[in-house]
Amino acid sequence: MSETAEGTATAADPVLLIRDVTKVYGEGEAAVRALRGVSLTVEPGDYVAIMGASGSGKSTLMNIIGCLDVPTAGTYLLGGVDVGALDEVRLARVRNRRIGFIFQSFNLIPRMSALANVELPLAYGGVRAAERRRRALAALGLVGLSDRVRHQPNELSGGQQQRVAVARALVTSPTLLLADEPTGALDSTSTKDILAIFDRLSLSGRTIVVITHEDDVAAHAKRVVRLMDGRIVDDRRQAPVDGPPPLIDDRSSTGAMSER
Amino acid sequence: MNVLEISRFAVRGLTANKMRSVLTMLGILIGVAAVILLVAVGQGSSDAIKQRIQSLGANTLTVSASFSGGFGGPAGGRGGGGGAAGPRTQARGLTLEDARAIAASGDAPSVKSVSPVVTSSSATTTYEGASHSISQVVGTYPSYFEATNKPVTSGAYFTNQDVTAVRKVVVIGKTVADELFGQVDPVGKKVNIQGAAFTVVGVLKESGSTGGQDADDIAVAPLPAVQQSLTGYGSLGSIVVQATSAEATDAAEAEITAVLNERHDITGNATADYRILNQASLQETVTEATGTFTVLLAAVAAISLLVGGIGITNIMLVTVTERTREIGIRKAIGAPRGAILGQFLIEATLLSLVGGLLGVGVAVAGSQFTIAGVQPVLVPQSIVLALGVSIAIGLFFGSYPANRAAKLRPIEALRFE
Repeated sequence: MSETAEGTATAADPVLLIRDVTKVYGEGEAAVRALRGVSLTVEPGDYVAIMGASGSGKSTLMNIIGCLDVPTAGTYLLGGVDVGALDEVRLARVRNRRIGFIFQSFNLIPRMSALANVELPLAYGGVRAAERRRRALAALGLVGLSDRVRHQPNELSGGQQQRVAVARALVTSPTLLLADEPTGALDSTSTKDILAIFDRLSLSGRTIVVITHEDDVAAHAKRVVRLMDGRIVDDRRQAPVDGPPPLIDDRSSTGAMSER
Repeated sequence: MNVLEISRFAVRGLTANKMRSVLTMLGILIGVAAVILLVAVGQGSSDAIKQRIQSLGANTLTVSASFSGGFGGPAGGRGGGGGAAGPRTQARGLTLEDARAIAASGDAPSVKSVSPVVTSSSATTTYEGASHSISQVVGTYPSYFEATNKPVTSGAYFTNQDVTAVRKVVVIGKTVADELFGQVDPVGKKVNIQGAAFTVVGVLKESGSTGGQDADDIAVAPLPAVQQSLTGYGSLGSIVVQATSAEATDAAEAEITAVLNERHDITGNATADYRILNQASLQETVTEATGTFTVLLAAVAAISLLVGGIGITNIMLVTVTERTREIGIRKAIGAPRGAILGQFLIEATLLSLVGGLLGVGVAVAGSQFTIAGVQPVLVPQSIVLALGVSIAIGLFFGSYPANRAAKLRPIEALRFE
């Protein structure tokens, strides 16, 4: 994949470098301290699960990592770039090129075909139509939806919709795949499908950060970070950064290897 | 991300809710069509009135007796001195001598021809079995035809010899010819007007009805013949004066005033016992009046265009609220602010532009029909203006909702249910 060239250029820097990030909502008495000084470094190729109960600040952290929100204090470097110093136009570009979002509720745009949904980030990135189509079809092929490209979201099952969302997140070859409870709205079969896709992507060298509260999901990650009351309380490595993810399914790994 | 791409998103957004888009367009459509059509109606009626005045004769002045002078109102008000308060000379009607004086005067170089006129109304006319009451029988000189723009379609005018010889010949209007003769050619036939036998020598070209009055229900005969058999030898009804050119009408009016003032002993503040109707100045006044009328119509129509614009703002605000989540998704996957702004601005502008184009279509189609007795005349500028305004309305009224969409913070937009 030639698109990974962009990723390797920044390989020297960690994908994520978060230093003493705090986030306070509201002011005075009503102030809520969602993050109380979080530091986190994620190396390229890592597969990190950020866990925590609701209210632990994991959604806030996810919004900050995804450049949807700015921290109250602290620094955040994405691929060596200080995101806090960027204006809105540059932030939009960062979201477009460097981050691939996967949401719990899929967040596909209704009344647009799967293909159009996957093409959308490329369209905003200014990629030419023919190139866009080629890359979108390739991404849809990667998640096993080559036969559903013309379907609209409401004609697809939840698992299929989430796979379209994964394809959309992948299509720009982002530095970081950021998934927020990706299996929260899925049945067990679809959950297995999505997690298998994540394993394969991790095997092919993608950097993945998954926010979740399910242990089953976290078990697939190479590293598990636990958040409680806005602080990191546990940081456990389950597999080496440059190795395969711990629960990789060997039957599907052959397909993933050929993709690489 | 080019404009074409954003436009495609905009079109997709509009077609997603067709009923709503169509209804919003309808507002603009009605506004644009109303502006164009009402301006066309205004122009049409203005043209019709102008044509009617022109058909009365170009460059003509009509002098008629005025009996309002006896009231002395305006003169007394202006005079203030003792002279105006005194008994003024008896108002005199216009005479053949007045007409001759204007014609003969070396002081009136702007006057081309002078036609003394007497009229008799509702003259019962018979031909064989048929009977018709001619609404206006005019006794005059041959120059009257040219001055009042009345050409003949068959036969000829009567001549100056007919006038001096007091021959009973007559030129009749189209309506009279139809009523009395039907399909028969009237030229050379003898008709009986109020008991006197006249020979028809010509038929006037149809000039159409003016207002409620049929301008073709007319008969024109030599002055002495009409006086002899219909009106008697009293004063003249009016004197029709033709000026040498359109520019000369004002000069001619001044010359006539000078001649008549002298003949009627009108000096200083005394009110004239005649008045002069100047065709050119009448036309000017009417043009001004119809212009105001057209502006008024356009203003009323412009209000509906404005209402249509507010409709666009309204529907775009609803759309932005409805699609807040979509906007959040687009922003999360990297849509720059400009792209979101552009998309909603183009949606609004497309609504108004398509509505405007359809409105032009409706107006052009509607202008083919006669509206309230007026044949509308399309004014190209009004089409350009209405279309331009409709696009501007889309941009202006769409900018607020579009701006709101662009300013949405993705994190809040995504949380929106």
